[in-house]
Amino acid sequence: MELRARLPSGPLPEKWQRHRAEIKLVNPANKLKRRIIVVGSGLAGASAAASLAELGYAVSCFCFQDSPRRAHSIAAQGGINAAKNYQNDGDSAFRLFYDTIKGGDFRSREANVYRLAEISASIIDQCTAQGVPFAREYGGQLANRSFGGVQVSRTFYARGQTGQQLLLGAYQALSRHIGIGKVKMYPRTEMLDLVVVDGRARGIVVRSLVDGAVSTHVGDAVVLATGGYSNVYYLSTNAKGCNVTAIWRAHKRGAAFANPCFTQIHPTCIPATGQHQSKLTLMSESLRNDGRIWVPKRKGDARPPHEIPEDERDYYLERLYPSYGNLAPRDIASRRAKEVCDEGRGVGSGGGGGGHGVYLDLRDAIARLGRRVIAERYGNLFEMYERITGESPFQRPMRIYPAPHYTMGGLWVDYNLMTTVDGLYAIGEANFSDHGANRLGASALMQGLADGYFILPYTIGDYLAQAKLAPLDAAHPEVRRTEAEVSERVARLLAVGGRRSVDTFHRELGRLMWDKCGMSRNAAGLREAMQRIRVLRDEFWSDVYVAGKGADLNQALEHAGRVADFFEFAELMCHDALHREESCGCHFREEHQTPEGEAKRDDERFGYVAAWEFRGVGEPAVLHKEPLEFETVHLAQRSYK
Amino acid sequence: MRLTLHVWRQAGPRAAGHFVRYDVADATPDMSFLELLDVLNQQLIARREEPIAFDHDCREGICGACGMVINGRPHGPRRATTTCQFPVLKDLVVDRSAFDRVIQAGGFISVRTGSAPEANAVAVPKPDAERAMDAAACIGCGACVAACPNASAMLFVAAKVSHLGLLPQGQPERGSRVVNMVAQMDAEGFGACTNHGECMTACPKEISIDFIARLNRDYLKAVVRHPLSVVRGDGGGNG
Repeated sequence: MELRARLPSGPLPEKWQRHRAEIKLVNPANKLKRRIIVVGSGLAGASAAASLAELGYAVSCFCFQDSPRRAHSIAAQGGINAAKNYQNDGDSAFRLFYDTIKGGDFRSREANVYRLAEISASIIDQCTAQGVPFAREYGGQLANRSFGGVQVSRTFYARGQTGQQLLLGAYQALSRHIGIGKVKMYPRTEMLDLVVVDGRARGIVVRSLVDGAVSTHVGDAVVLATGGYSNVYYLSTNAKGCNVTAIWRAHKRGAAFANPCFTQIHPTCIPATGQHQSKLTLMSESLRNDGRIWVPKRKGDARPPHEIPEDERDYYLERLYPSYGNLAPRDIASRRAKEVCDEGRGVGSGGGGGGHGVYLDLRDAIARLGRRVIAERYGNLFEMYERITGESPFQRPMRIYPAPHYTMGGLWVDYNLMTTVDGLYAIGEANFSDHGANRLGASALMQGLADGYFILPYTIGDYLAQAKLAPLDAAHPEVRRTEAEVSERVARLLAVGGRRSVDTFHRELGRLMWDKCGMSRNAAGLREAMQRIRVLRDEFWSDVYVAGKGADLNQALEHAGRVADFFEFAELMCHDALHREESCGCHFREEHQTPEGEAKRDDERFGYVAAWEFRGVGEPAVLHKEPLEFETVHLAQRSYK
Repeated sequence: MRLTLHVWRQAGPRAAGHFVRYDVADATPDMSFLELLDVLNQQLIARREEPIAFDHDCREGICGACGMVINGRPHGPRRATTTCQFPVLKDLVVDRSAFDRVIQAGGFISVRTGSAPEANAVAVPKPDAERAMDAAACIGCGACVAACPNASAMLFVAAKVSHLGLLPQGQPERGSRVVNMVAQMDAEGFGACTNHGECMTACPKEISIDFIARLNRDYLKAVVRHPLSVVRGDGGGNG
């Protein structure tokens, strides 16, 4: 396996322009003959499918939900970044680029991130033209707000439903092309394997989630826009259906997996309650614009928040990071929350102190701006919080705690977003490229749409214009073999007939990953986790019970397949975390920290992307390194103080 | 807490369905209804019975996948079941693809990727943007259809027609959009609106039936002004 990043030469601001001028184009008449398979219909998948169809390609799009509109991008709340400088506060493409590189703790590619920053402004234009109802100022101009890790105001938003509105925009563009027959949409259809013929991605094997039929779809290129793998932790802010299956199967067919241990724990989620908790709910980071985070100074302080006087409160982020304060980046805000709770100063619903929560208090902002303004900014978030906890944030500070939320790691891709398998692309959260070791708030929506609207539609042409692809039909031996393997695996899951439900296995794996490969990690814990994952995985395959039949709508079976893949993937994640003997961004190795408890990077030894090659389940993956070269930015220890 | 549930079980689209009684002995007040079903399903699995199929995904009220009718109300008594007026695929899982086809018929603004003007070139009055957002908040769950005695999809369609029709960017296709979407809605077999207002009560996003009035006005204008040109594909009138 060889990692060829295909980074364009020349000065940073010219790379993308130059690359676009150089890549090959596909003749319009030939586009009609090319079929592109897009898996996933979130921001990246829907925008890519719509844009590719518009260019003239024949597109097939797949999603496991009942409608493409339900992809998990819909749940993103806070906003989308763009270097528009509408606030005249000194923003620029370079500044957005720099913030993103620094926020990612210098573990992403300069060229990719600069391109993202450059494109960001066009995304806002595109979405506005589609009718996305972004928030406006009284003069009718677009409004902005601030997000963590940043000192300018560049985030565009649609109340607390920015992801929903951007996704509906992309869904509507996609629907237009479905309506005129340019895109064939396959909802309730799950990709279960990748068909590789002569080293090129040529199709996917899918299972219909309505009747269980297994079939193969062939094409000229495959685009995976299947999101992230936070559900390896069981409890996360991801939707219940989110999974690693598509990218994991692609990995098993030759796509390198990059930086799997870079997982983001979001600082502001509603704390878990009770043992039946099925998922966690995020409270938008935008609340940190106006909210102040604190815990009592004293351990075990059980007084209700309003009885704790000002001088007995510890606004720890403001204290530790005076220049960024409550807007410190996510990894830092999460770690510090864990720290104060580990000290016994956490707050919880049960009172008595020592809980797993910290206060996010909007009292001062309410006093300063008035209830009406706060309700207008955060009304739906307050309502969601109240519905879940039974407490009104107007009366009592919100309680928050970190939760798994986003995964920076993903399939390794080159500058064209192509994986190490020719003709296989990964876009959006499914790839690794832009966020390094930590993603800044409001950047996921930006990246998903940049990949889907503005990058992939150009770069995929470069491959299609040059690749000599022989016609392929369902009778090809490789197609048949892959399809047979999928059916065999489905049958095997149903045949185990053990005693334990899929859910109990998933919960146990999730707990293990959260404890040993979550917010902070150490070598002994990671080794132990790998050991236990193997034991648990064997137990899964010998003792799981999956009810129902294969040829039916069978949700337990769907879940079983996903959990089986999480078991294989989890081991790689721990392996990656163990090998990276440094702390960077969200990857905090306890052995590597400064005396103040900040992450201590080791650029000398780990200034690279770790791309892993699959060698078999239970076999150690092979490491390939893509060195990160910084031509423009100066590598520095991140400081938000 | 002990709860008794009567759950609709149906093995497939053509199978006969019936209610089955289940007892959940260990329910707790901090469970969501979906978690209650999770717990029940774990009990069923332990007894080697087939778990109940139900749609769900985000579990925070935004994706619109869930929406079963509970005690006669879509999403339950606390505002918004199976959205029982859609065809059942299995148990509590229904087929709502008609909604997608209605959007495909015109619920969009046609804009080529990369050809959009500078976002601030067109100012949108804040009240218009806010009103558009009120309509755009629809999650496509289908509660409005389930709640309506006529199984009308008017609230769903009106929300999209209003969202796009309130914005300057939506004006060129305003006429064709409403006509095509209404035509598709009729073709899907949804009933007519007779102003019961149940939809608004059931809507988890509290979308107002004022938007239905807007749809009717837009529809009338479009067919009166451009009786022939509003059919799909030719751009239509500008309302």
